[in-house]
Amino acid sequence: MKRIIVCLKQAVDVSQLKVDPATRHLITASAPKKISDFDKNALEEAIRIKEKIGEAEVCTVTVSSEDAKAVLREALAIGADKAYFVNDTGFQDVDTSGTACILAESIKKIGAFDLVVCGESSLDSFSGLVGSRLAELLNVPQITSVRKLSMEGDVVIAERTLEDAYETVKARMPALITVTREINQPRIPSLMMIMRASKKEIVTWTAADLNLPKEKIDAKIEVVEVVAPKTERKKIMITGENVAEIAEKLAKALVQEGVVGR
Amino acid sequence: MSESKGVWVFSENYDLTLELLGKGWEIADKLQTELVAVFAGYDVQEKADEMVRYGADKVYLIDNPALESFQAEAYLSVLHDLAANYKPEIMLIGSTRNGKPLAARLATRLKTGCTPDCRRLSVDENGRLIGERITYGGNAVAKIASRTKPQIATVPARAFGKPEPQDRNGQVIKLDVKIEEPKTEIVETKPLETSGVKIEEAEVIISCGRGLEKKDDKALLEELGKVLGGQVGCSRPLAEDRKWFTEWVGLSGHKVKPKLYVACGISGVIQHVAGIRDAKTIVAINKDPEAPIFEVADYGVVGDLYEILPALTEALKKHLQ
Ligand SMILES: Cc1cc2nc3c(=O)[nH]c(=O)nc-3n(C[C@H](O)[C@H](O)[C@H](O)COP(=O)(O)OP(=O)(O)OC[C@H]3O[C@@H](n4cnc5c(N)ncnc54)[C@H](O)[C@@H]3O)c2cc1C
Ligand SMILES: Nc1ncnc2c1ncn2[C@@H]1O[C@H](COP(=O)(O)O)[C@@H](O)[C@H]1O
Repeated sequence: MKRIIVCLKQAVDVSQLKVDPATRHLITASAPKKISDFDKNALEEAIRIKEKIGEAEVCTVTVSSEDAKAVLREALAIGADKAYFVNDTGFQDVDTSGTACILAESIKKIGAFDLVVCGESSLDSFSGLVGSRLAELLNVPQITSVRKLSMEGDVVIAERTLEDAYETVKARMPALITVTREINQPRIPSLMMIMRASKKEIVTWTAADLNLPKEKIDAKIEVVEVVAPKTERKKIMITGENVAEIAEKLAKALVQEGVVGR
Repeated sequence: MSESKGVWVFSENYDLTLELLGKGWEIADKLQTELVAVFAGYDVQEKADEMVRYGADKVYLIDNPALESFQAEAYLSVLHDLAANYKPEIMLIGSTRNGKPLAARLATRLKTGCTPDCRRLSVDENGRLIGERITYGGNAVAKIASRTKPQIATVPARAFGKPEPQDRNGQVIKLDVKIEEPKTEIVETKPLETSGVKIEEAEVIISCGRGLEKKDDKALLEELGKVLGGQVGCSRPLAEDRKWFTEWVGLSGHKVKPKLYVACGISGVIQHVAGIRDAKTIVAINKDPEAPIFEVADYGVVGDLYEILPALTEALKKHLQ
């Protein structure tokens, strides 16, 4: 039986983030959380593989310093067989290097695997580093930015999106892939699936359950500042009696700005 | 730590390498250290010489048939071997779809940090590299420093301009390193049909979103584009879902910096706005007076793009005659 592991991040729902207008700091503590968008595609792809080849186990792994049970339950409802929750308040300041180490140690503890699927980037940090760092730590081939995937025996065949080409790549499993949003349309769990998921297992580990000496997860970067960018826009609404008048006013304004014509 | 020296640049994309050399020059100058280009390829001596004219004090050239096309593990082993030996202080790596995973794996092998997709780079009072990147889906800009060396940052294409070539001296040093066998096999490469025009370089961009009803209605935007000497762009759903375009503007697409950006039938979701922050003037045309795009626009028109666009094209034609 094949084992497919999906790295599933609980991310801040960036569409619901608020900014403190005085400091331009983000108010992240109270912001709602959800499964990072690309990771939903990763999970969907893993489930589709399972449906195609029949015998497979889909596991999710989530690393977080906070509670993430709701997100794990959702993943199980969507179709994961088992969810691993690696939860420790000590993970608060980990960066991509630390996160990849924790994921690598967790995956080693889960046991032998055929495929690890990550999102290309996470919704909130959008760094796009964790998947590649993890592939390096697991010492397996990696295929990034995948938009199509298939399996033949112990070989994965994937089509990647590059800047100016699509590239088809083969690798022997175990391997790691990162997926783009193009790859599929994630399913929405039905009530039945949600109910069935309540019987599935969530395994919880802390740092102490893993081989994680502190220096392994020490942050290699320092976040100096995070602020909302200044938007100094004029916000002038152009109105008028009719379309022609509006168009004329707008055209004049653009000429005055010096942004049209030579 | 103090033994680390030099600013290194690498990209498998030659144009991007030149852009990195331009920015790297500034940083190396501030730190009073050397600027090094790492060049992995096959039969590329001529281009290596050219890198000196674009600012490299040294070019480490690894000329090997195994490096003719990009192979992740091969390139990774070259960069790792050189960096482990010569200990650069800073490495700037081109943030392409191949370059970014390469940087991430290199940083992992070198047990160091990596700041991805830096759109600004500077050196602070302690001589640390500070990378600025968009984060939280475009809601914020983060300034990040590395605690470990080399300090690695990845830089997207066209974030920085290309420097002017000069007559100057530098060394091209040929090196031999052990090249790792690729773990993946490239079976096929299909060139992507792109419009060919580089939207990041456009002075005027007329963009449409899901407010556009049919593919053919692009003509409305093209008309205005013709009058203003501009190009047509779009939000992601028009490219990814509807496939009317191949590229889009925004966080996961192109970051643009035109003089004028006209957003037609685009709601102004944060991921789209993240791509247009550097526009000088933004115009928004949207039916919905509550659309968030009006919060980030200089000029807003509440109305139907199918009526406003043709009228605006006519009005501007008159003004520009
Ligand atoms: C991780 C991630 C990355 C993303 N990256 C990007 C990105 O890089 N770029 C991007 O664009 N999106 C990106 N998105 C998607 C983004 O969240 C939005 O879904 C998308 O930008 C919405 O596109 P839209 O404004 O065209 O469509 P909608 O939000 O549906 O807006 C359509 C607008 O058109 C208006 N309208 C309709 N008819 C008319 C008319 N006749 N005249 C005038 N106005 C009309 C409506 O009032 C509405 O405001 C990303 C999403 C995620 C999760
Ligand atoms: N805390 C986490 N827990 C589980 N998976 C993660 C975590 N952080 C990142 N990942 C995985 O790594 C991918 C890239 O994340 P990032 O490097 O943060 O953009 C995500 O899409 C996930 O698949």
